[in-house]
Amino acid sequence: MSHHSSASAGHRRPQRHLPLQILLGFLVIYFLVPFWWVIVNSSKDAPGLFGGGNTLWFADQINYLGNLEQLFTYDGGIYVRWILNSTLYALAGGVGATVLAVMAGYGFAKYRFAARRFSFAVVLGALMVPATALVIPTFIMFAQLGLTNTVWAVILPSLLNPFGVYLMHVYARDAVPDEILDAARVDGAGEARTFLQIALPLMRPAVVTVLLLSAVASWNNYFLPLAMLSDNRLFPVTVGLGLWQGVASANNAGGTSLWSLIILGSLVSVIPLIIAFFSLQRHWRGGLSVGGLR
Amino acid sequence: MTSLIEKHAPRTHDEKHRIRSKVQRREHLTGWLFVGPFGVVFLAFLIAPLAYALYLSLFQKKLIGGTSFVLFDNYVKAFTDPSFLSGAWFVVRFALIAIPVQIAVALAMALILDAVTSLFTRFSRLMIFLPYAIPTVIGAVMWGFLYSRSFGPLSDVFGLFGATAPDFLSSNLIFYGLLNIVTWQWAGYYMIILYAALQGIDPTLYEAARMDGAGRWQVARRIKIPLIAPALILILVFSLIGTLQFFNEPQFLRYLAAGTIGSDFTPNMYAYQQAFGLANFNYGSAISFALGGLVFICVYAFLFFTRKRRSFL
Repeated sequence: MSHHSSASAGHRRPQRHLPLQILLGFLVIYFLVPFWWVIVNSSKDAPGLFGGGNTLWFADQINYLGNLEQLFTYDGGIYVRWILNSTLYALAGGVGATVLAVMAGYGFAKYRFAARRFSFAVVLGALMVPATALVIPTFIMFAQLGLTNTVWAVILPSLLNPFGVYLMHVYARDAVPDEILDAARVDGAGEARTFLQIALPLMRPAVVTVLLLSAVASWNNYFLPLAMLSDNRLFPVTVGLGLWQGVASANNAGGTSLWSLIILGSLVSVIPLIIAFFSLQRHWRGGLSVGGLR
Repeated sequence: MTSLIEKHAPRTHDEKHRIRSKVQRREHLTGWLFVGPFGVVFLAFLIAPLAYALYLSLFQKKLIGGTSFVLFDNYVKAFTDPSFLSGAWFVVRFALIAIPVQIAVALAMALILDAVTSLFTRFSRLMIFLPYAIPTVIGAVMWGFLYSRSFGPLSDVFGLFGATAPDFLSSNLIFYGLLNIVTWQWAGYYMIILYAALQGIDPTLYEAARMDGAGRWQVARRIKIPLIAPALILILVFSLIGTLQFFNEPQFLRYLAAGTIGSDFTPNMYAYQQAFGLANFNYGSAISFALGGLVFICVYAFLFFTRKRRSFL
């Protein structure tokens, strides 16, 4: 992995193939069109939205502040709650899943123990189990335990991330040499200290990647909270916007103002993840290559 | 350590064996301590629900006589149920078209980004990846608006040429409407994985090929693509699993495409409808289990046919 940075400076000459860059330009426009539509249309109030005409340009009277105020105060500020719920689910699910996956991946890669190969094969098989096939039985189990319609119903199943274990296993196997671990043990470090102080720093790119992927998976989750939650004050923002969409479509005349809230709500809900991705870019790019390459 | 061994120099075979097995037992224990917490979650939220779903799917709840054991009756029912079959047929058809399209777009973009280096390509890479950070349901909403007759731009754009805009939310075109959404959503993510794999290739290989007179296209076809085959297979498997479980996008578009997308549009939507709409958990479990079986068969068939190129498992 390390050779490519020096390579791009040396062997690989910078190429400026113009037709390909123009093609790329069109692709970028395609990928940005929905964002552009949402950005310009959240500047409109309800009549402007349905008035037709400039669907790809800003309103004559830009109404961001009015719309934002409406978004954050509608129905007692329920939208803010949804964003906070999403944040809680993404952080708790993401951090928890990452801790478990890092420990398990490291354990599978660095220790020889009974039934290790079999267990790892089972985890790999689990990659192919459709996550949604688990939602119905989990719902009934949680209902019997009285856990449905609580935050735990969303957080606990999110702790399961077999792909994270696979990714950490591959990364730990290659990036943490056995000799360093043995040297630490000879120096008298216990297994926990060896893991925390020697192995963990070496695995950092993969840890950040797994954390980001698990947090995104929790933030984006729709099926699980949709099934588990009935109290709309516990909804994450995905399920909440779905609720608004249902109300707005069922009630076309009175629901018009809700459409502008849904558009702005979509825009606001994607900002945290975009910031997370851009600010952590340096870390996750190294980790993503692992799963596919080796 | 060494001085200890020297002191007790000649060891019997038995003694050595005992020490080794003690060390081994320690390693077993620490290994399980690291894997254990995940193992508990794995048992509680994967194995147990799967077993329970299987159990549930073997029962039927009747108005008269309560719940009774029916063995595979639910599965027989599912595989003769037009709702399940049409949904399953839809996702299989959709997978056969959508996956090659997504991967072809992702591969083309990754190859361009790998071959051309400029400030603009670095910017493009991020912008193309951006949709991955968007929840699939929000992506579906955004495109739903763009498709919409009431506030989408399609009618304006087509109006310029005096043509009628296609309605991607109509039952004729919803397939393509959804195809466009998933391509937009996932191609960038697959592109990043492929791009990372391409960047890992030793560039001296290209020099050698160029000296042998290979052009840019030949380098891509004969060196780059074969070398990233494991990454391609990995994303194919993931997109296959994801596509057969199709739920979020059509479920969300139902509000905008009233009448086009029914509650049995995909097997997952049908299972959801049975379990949570009609409280028929037994049949819902049977459908999701049958869907799981379908995914397993498809994935293993795919892995079987590509087993020579596989190295990631």
